[in-house]
Amino acid sequence: MKVRLVDIAHARSGDKGDTANVGVIAKRQEWYALLARELTEKRVADHFRGSIEGDVKRYELPNLGALNFLLFGALDGGGTLSLKTDAQGKVFSTALLRMSLDVPDAEARQLDLPVAP
Amino acid sequence: MKQVVRVAAGQGFWGDWLEAPRRQVEGGPVDYLMLDYLAEVTMSILQKQKERDPKMGYARDFIGAMDSVLPAVVDRGVRVIANAGGVNPVACAEAVRELAKARGTAGRVKIGVVTGDDLLPRLDDLAARGHALANMETGEPLSTVRDRVLSANAYIGSTPIVEALAQGAQIVVTGRSTDTALTMAPLRYEFGWAPDDWNRLAAGIVAGHIIECGAQCSGGNCLLDWRDIPDLANVGYPIVSASPDGTFEISKHPGTGGRISVPTVTEQLVYEMGDPHSYITPDVVADFTTIRLESAGEDRVRVFGIGGRPPTQFLKVSIAYRAGFKAVGTLVYSWPDALEKAQLADRVLRERIDRLGLRFDKILTEFVGATATHGALAGAPNADLPEVQFRIGVRGEDKAAVERFTREIAPLVLNGPPSVTGFAGGRPKVEEIVAYWPALIDKTEVQTAVEVIS
Repeated sequence: MKVRLVDIAHARSGDKGDTANVGVIAKRQEWYALLARELTEKRVADHFRGSIEGDVKRYELPNLGALNFLLFGALDGGGTLSLKTDAQGKVFSTALLRMSLDVPDAEARQLDLPVAP
Repeated sequence: MKQVVRVAAGQGFWGDWLEAPRRQVEGGPVDYLMLDYLAEVTMSILQKQKERDPKMGYARDFIGAMDSVLPAVVDRGVRVIANAGGVNPVACAEAVRELAKARGTAGRVKIGVVTGDDLLPRLDDLAARGHALANMETGEPLSTVRDRVLSANAYIGSTPIVEALAQGAQIVVTGRSTDTALTMAPLRYEFGWAPDDWNRLAAGIVAGHIIECGAQCSGGNCLLDWRDIPDLANVGYPIVSASPDGTFEISKHPGTGGRISVPTVTEQLVYEMGDPHSYITPDVVADFTTIRLESAGEDRVRVFGIGGRPPTQFLKVSIAYRAGFKAVGTLVYSWPDALEKAQLADRVLRERIDRLGLRFDKILTEFVGATATHGALAGAPNADLPEVQFRIGVRGEDKAAVERFTREIAPLVLNGPPSVTGFAGGRPKVEEIVAYWPALIDKTEVQTAVEVIS
């Protein structure tokens, strides 16, 4: 079953120099393990291919039900150098939430995941 | 010893809501008002102001904020801690003293000034003694941009603020203190936390991180259930109520809007996060993977369990340098085929730039309304878009080339693709780029000082 990330997580993003960070937070604590399994560095890097110049690094915060992604080379130099509308990476959060996940039907039912419209 | 100390956040950056400081001291009991004014590039803006006028170089908003809270400071003993001093904390403190005089309260206010973070006058000496101040992102030594440096400040920690409070200062003005130290210092002072009490110091830092962006933890910019967040027009800024054991609660004044919940606080915790195991500050390294949050009632979240460990031997240094020029121009194209028209305008403009022989380090085009913020992830644009903004920016060392570029936007209105509007703002402004150079320096090189004036 297809599950939209925006239905099961929320997020906030920010910047440090030319790096954007995206914190992805499970809407329910019991959905965190699914996020941790599916949102790998590779999948997120694939998602942003062409939009960022560098790698993706992931950190886990099970205590907050959250994952933190660092997107390197994301901001055209960052801060004042950048010519981008989103020079400070404020909406990389919602760009990440455009992902969707393939979840086995039984697991989706068991976790009571929202069905994509 | 107090059993609870309340620190209220009143500014999350220079330019934040002017109402907030007064609302924080009048909306209910608080012990400290914490005002954070400094972002990465703020210091360089202030340095430019100081070059024009040696009495400037601090966040002028702070004087207005102090005017609005002076009665609470004088009559109720609320103490204020702010990094409004920028590159000129002494001038900032003197301006506060002048204000107090004008309000007839001069003899009743003690102002503490923290100095020592400014490394600009010492850069050549530091270089001569082998400090490369290499850029933490690129590894390049500072010598590559030395002649273009505008400001250089070490991020300093809580110790000098604690000293100023111990000397009786009711208002403490600092330069480039870390944002989090402004909150941690009063907790350390009130509860007498030892300088190696790593877990409690880390708790103070986490408290500071949660409230340093003002309403961003109390419902502002909150994505989860954003439609249902009540009364944002009257949003309450956050308050830390801390206990001597290092646990604390985040709340806001009764009757204010916004929301404080585990999700709103979590969104702020992950904001601008790097490696959560190592949130490095001058005082302590906090481990964000230890933080526990739980609801403690309506608009109240309890925070506990925080672990910390000793800091590194370095301080981070924030250096700003001149890095060329940029300009951004925009035009709006309307239906039908708004995006195609904007794309044609881009091709026409780029061909003209080429023929003029203008050279830039970067030219960036975005189509606002179609792909500007999410790029290809936004999917194929809807062919029926009512309008699209064509936005093009250039950056380079050659100011004349950037100036010439700004003259090429408006002509497109008459000699480019049709159905164009939105040019009333006139020619784009050429901006000098002041870029950020993060570096590290050995702690022993930075000595802070505290002076209390009245």
